[in-house]
Amino acid sequence: MNKIVSKEFYSENVAMLEVEAPLIAKSRRAGHFVIVRVDENGERIPLTISSSDVEKGTITLVVQRIGVSSAKLCAKQVGECLADVVGPLGKATHIENFGTVVCACGGVGTAPMLPIAAAMRAAGNKVVSVLAARTKELIILEEQMRAVSDEVIIMTDDGSYGNKGLVTNGVEDVIKREKVDMCVTIGPAIMMKFVALLTQKYNVPTIASLNTIMVDGTGMCGACRVTVDGQTKFVCVDGPEFDAHKVNFDEMMSRLGSYKEQEREAYDRYKKEHNLG
Amino acid sequence: MELTDRNAAWREELRKSIKAKERSGFTRVAMNELDGEYRSHNSEEVNLGLTEEQALAESKRCLDCLNPGCITGCPVGIDIPAFIKNIERGHFADAAKVLKMTSSLPAVCGRVCPQEKQCESKCIHLKMGKPAVAIGYLERFAADYERKSGEASVPEIAAPKGKKIAVVGSGPAGLSFSGDMAKLGYDVTVFEALHEIGGVLKYGIPEFRLPNSIVDGEIANLEKMGVKFVKDCIIGKTLSFDDLKADGFEGVFVASGAGLPNFMGIKGENLIGVMSSNEYLTRVNLLGAAREDFDTPVLRGKRVAVIGGGNTAMDSVRTARRLGAETAMIVYRRSEEEMPARLEEVHHAKQEGVIFKTLHNPIEYYGDEKGRVKQMLLQNMELGEPDASGRRRPVPVEGATELVDVDLVIVSVGVSPNPLIPKSVNGLEVSKKGTIVVNEEMQSSIPTVFAGGDIVRGGATVILAMGDGRKAAAAMDEYLSGK
Repeated sequence: MNKIVSKEFYSENVAMLEVEAPLIAKSRRAGHFVIVRVDENGERIPLTISSSDVEKGTITLVVQRIGVSSAKLCAKQVGECLADVVGPLGKATHIENFGTVVCACGGVGTAPMLPIAAAMRAAGNKVVSVLAARTKELIILEEQMRAVSDEVIIMTDDGSYGNKGLVTNGVEDVIKREKVDMCVTIGPAIMMKFVALLTQKYNVPTIASLNTIMVDGTGMCGACRVTVDGQTKFVCVDGPEFDAHKVNFDEMMSRLGSYKEQEREAYDRYKKEHNLG
Repeated sequence: MELTDRNAAWREELRKSIKAKERSGFTRVAMNELDGEYRSHNSEEVNLGLTEEQALAESKRCLDCLNPGCITGCPVGIDIPAFIKNIERGHFADAAKVLKMTSSLPAVCGRVCPQEKQCESKCIHLKMGKPAVAIGYLERFAADYERKSGEASVPEIAAPKGKKIAVVGSGPAGLSFSGDMAKLGYDVTVFEALHEIGGVLKYGIPEFRLPNSIVDGEIANLEKMGVKFVKDCIIGKTLSFDDLKADGFEGVFVASGAGLPNFMGIKGENLIGVMSSNEYLTRVNLLGAAREDFDTPVLRGKRVAVIGGGNTAMDSVRTARRLGAETAMIVYRRSEEEMPARLEEVHHAKQEGVIFKTLHNPIEYYGDEKGRVKQMLLQNMELGEPDASGRRRPVPVEGATELVDVDLVIVSVGVSPNPLIPKSVNGLEVSKKGTIVVNEEMQSSIPTVFAGGDIVRGGATVILAMGDGRKAAAAMDEYLSGK
């Protein structure tokens, strides 16, 4: 169970893992995520499913090395197993023919966007994808996104690849030149917040896929709660996708920092033990 | 059966050996426990159990009544006098056998059941103004004795029926149902969403009250009886009900519990440092957050407030003390008399230095510039007229509030049924509260689907869930046998 069948590094700190999970591969839809526990002493972390292969019985996860658990995941070799993979969790993305859909992705947010863009395209939408990252090396899955998009716009902070600027610059250019019926955004909370502010200005309906702290992922603890339209919602069962114009991103960002100190200390310890930078 | 026959020669002899009057004159045994100050800094089990001498002495108090009231007080109907008399004659392993005839988890129930409200509340001694026989302690003694002896007996299993049954959830209701169905000869598979088997027994009830090794022991017994366990599998997500049908499961027992925590919806409740009991206890109990070699973190407060007065609140506040809280307080809107928690837990919490702020209710939390909770505003309450539940209603004392410093708040104001399962089955009748509607036989609106425990009751107790499991097993057997 949960055997890693292939692995590839997209960039220094971003790895793709193809994991054996036949039941999940079969039942998952775009927008779904899984909870993973790397080993017996591990924590439960949420990861979005970026694609699946029903025949091979595998799902694909993309993980960015930012702390202990993601570092452990990136260090796993082909043939090794993950202690636990459970899912598919959350609500699937609501897919319909909206017209023109802009997919605004930041960094590793491109991975969870991939199945959504594909499903939107399959439903008859014109899909314009904006892939943004700090620098050229951090743009991932470009080829795969091109395959499911009518157009791909690349944005880098430093201008090392594509256009120089932020994801919002790319999205605004599209909105200014043609009618956009729906925007989907996945990336760091701060980026989704600014995409939401931008599209609100232009009255473009926008969905954000939220990435809060989670424990069980099945609605039993409320660690992932956010305020949407003044109401408390659990991201794991009510989401992860919400109307971006109604999400309290400031509260969400604050809550994401709940364990910042413990996480940093744990990661420093881990790096020391494993002789990593 | 020799072990349970009240008219067996050995048992008649025991009855004659000591006069009833003399038996009722013996003093009730006191459970040995760890010192309050010592144990509030570790996770060792607080209650130490009875010694053989203590168990023998306590067993002599039971009058072996002709019409034992205690049995009617037990939700799973354990033959209480029979197991106690087996202890009295020194046959401890036989006592465990008697327990296992009706209970799948005696070591668990002996520890966590509120016996004072169940079996022990019907003991004949109470009518004579004497303390009840310590049935819970004796149950625990017999179950522990068997486990320590390493010779756990496997109950008799009927010939295989060739019918597959699925159980959704591995908490007390699901485990009890599985044990009974396995005994009846069914091929039982339990599906669990989490990575550990046991439900609330693992993620909720702390180590100092119910060691996980005890739960694992009971689960191993079920495995010996042929019950299969599948973890990391969410029915309604990983596998649908249709998948179960296609896989040949002829009956489904839903025991998915009431895992959804309630929040109060007051200002500041989403600040950092405010969390549900479920989150707090899951991090510590299921994920080992307090242990150095585990990856899951947990916030440790110096001044911790737990909101609520149930067993979960007591478990949380006592856990907070063990994780280093200098001040750990219970904030409860009624008075101590109305607290739903077990008396023993309240007593233990006090011994461990927990402060009780009763007749107080939080109305707002305040945070610092980093969004971390630093204070709570409490409303003073008083008791008014009795409400629908028969308890006196707490009403605010106008203008009387106080500001209290806190750096961690655990909200423990109840749970609601998890909507995941009810929502994923077409045609399943669900109440307004989200519980699955069942008839007296625990059968839902879909004839092959039975349900029990908290998904039917809302938040209740371990033993009521187990009772439901037993009842559902008997009823499903009857239904599937076409009786």
